Amino acid sequence: MDELLEILQELHSDVDFEECDTLIDDKILDSFDIVTLISEINSEFDVAIPAEEIIPENFNSAKALWSLIERLEDEE
Amino acid sequence: MLFTSYEFLAFIAIAFVIYYIVPKKYQWKVLLGFSYIFYALSGVKYIAYILATTISTYIVSRRIDAKYEEQSAYLAANKGKIDRTARKEYKASIKKVTWRWLVGCLVFNFGILAVIKYADFTITNFSSILHTFGANPEFGLFRFALPLGISFYTFQTMGYIIDVYRGKYKAEKNFGKVALFVSFFPQLIQGPISRFDDLAQTMFREHAYDAKQVSYGLQRIMWGYFKKVVVADRLLVAVKTLYSDASVYTGAYVLVGMILYAGQLYGDFTGGIDITIGIAEVFGIKVKENFLQPYFSKNIVEYWNRWHISLGSWFKEYLFYPISVCQPMLKLSKNSRKRFGDAVGKRIPVYIATIVVWFITGFWHGAAWNFIVWGLMNCLVILVSEELKPLYEKFHAKFPAVKPKWWYRFFCIMRTFLLMSCLRSFDCYRDVPLTFRMWGEMFTRFNPSIFVDGSLLQIGLTSSDYVVVAVAVLLFILVSNLQLIGKGNVRDQIATKPPVVRYMIYYGLFLAIIIFGAYGIGYDSSQFIYNQF
Repeated sequence: MDELLEILQELHSDVDFEECDTLIDDKILDSFDIVTLISEINSEFDVAIPAEEIIPENFNSAKALWSLIERLEDEE
Repeated sequence: MLFTSYEFLAFIAIAFVIYYIVPKKYQWKVLLGFSYIFYALSGVKYIAYILATTISTYIVSRRIDAKYEEQSAYLAANKGKIDRTARKEYKASIKKVTWRWLVGCLVFNFGILAVIKYADFTITNFSSILHTFGANPEFGLFRFALPLGISFYTFQTMGYIIDVYRGKYKAEKNFGKVALFVSFFPQLIQGPISRFDDLAQTMFREHAYDAKQVSYGLQRIMWGYFKKVVVADRLLVAVKTLYSDASVYTGAYVLVGMILYAGQLYGDFTGGIDITIGIAEVFGIKVKENFLQPYFSKNIVEYWNRWHISLGSWFKEYLFYPISVCQPMLKLSKNSRKRFGDAVGKRIPVYIATIVVWFITGFWHGAAWNFIVWGLMNCLVILVSEELKPLYEKFHAKFPAVKPKWWYRFFCIMRTFLLMSCLRSFDCYRDVPLTFRMWGEMFTRFNPSIFVDGSLLQIGLTSSDYVVVAVAVLLFILVSNLQLIGKGNVRDQIATKPPVVRYMIYYGLFLAIIIFGAYGIGYDSSQFIYNQF
């Protein structure tokens, strides 16, 4: 989780990712951020997030994103 | 049948009466019938195309669903009996089959669109390449007529099949319901490109007559007609004149042409969508908004999130993300990180996907280099803006007082508006080199006297036309502001006013359409611009 928070913080240093749960709803993360994030996650955790998983529920908070990473790791 | 014709109004009126007098369970069937009549009126032979898309999509979606059901049944029956690897292998084998069905359906349907819309463009370009190398073969052109709404319904239907493949929802079992989703007549002319799960929520439900809903729908329709016939059709004459002869209409005329075309396109496209959403509302069906005050955008990315939203989100969901996060792309990104560093590696997926998406967005608008270059120019501006972001952030960190100022916001809005208007001139000039030349001439041919010597009264607009357009633009700004400030429906705000004020607004709008609509002698309302896409 800490590594993920670090990646997110690098994208938007002004956002409190531990608290915020409206990253997509409030348009804090745009499509470029999401792709950059997925590429970083792939590089850091060796997990590939497929396009169909790019839905607000999975990206609205760092926690939700972490759960997605864990689920995908588990499926692999 | 034109949205702006009396026949269309009669068509809607008949559909409306029948819709509310038949037993409610038949309501969606009435709409299906009227959608096919509407389609047949544009040419009976074109029904074959829309039927081909509907039937192929229905069959494939049901096949994919059947495979997923088979998978669920198998996994349930073998729970605890097979290990994780066997389960994974089984799932992969199912995915392989459904993937094949999906690809077949996409190739078939986009193939129809490609042949009809792009065959002649490909042949012409192929011929000119051969010609460059000295060969001179004669190729005939197909000159296919475009079936009504083919770009819109193909994208909408392919969105549906991809969603079913992704397991977002189950395939619709009723063929008639799929057929109505594909052919819903208010959407056929110029979209928006709806999603099945959005539309199905209200499309197949039973609707009791609701006076408020019908009244709101009619108001929305009137607002759309106001934008179309009072503004867009009025500006059309001037736009046609200004783009008719580049040798005459140069210098400051280029700027005037861009701004008037921006106004025409806004009235035409947003007006058309207002009519579509309004008609759907009259039938109790909710169609998602396609615009969110786009000309108030402060940068190009924001603009594309607020203009033609349904097309942008289609491309984002079904093209941009799948390209940018697919396995080969992630591999390429990883390798690039190792070879060229993190900065390059993380940009690779974004850059490649953005270029592909904008190339196709341009091509979707039409089989011409003008549209392709228009798409790529948008892409260039977006990527340059992205690269300049740190610079802007540095500037704002140093001068924090600037960003909240109204004049800075106004500057950003005007900058975006002018930039988008400039890019759109690709729609209007004959070819790409001429467009670039005219951009240059805007600055090199100095003729600001046209603003004061009456020249602008010779382009097809009288002084009273300018007054009508100016008042309409003020009205658009007022309504857009009300939507932004009130964070809701302007019609809700009107409904709270006393009856006298309310009816003055309704009749005022109606009279404005009748009196100020651009109906000259032999009036023939133009088609909607997006109809040709």
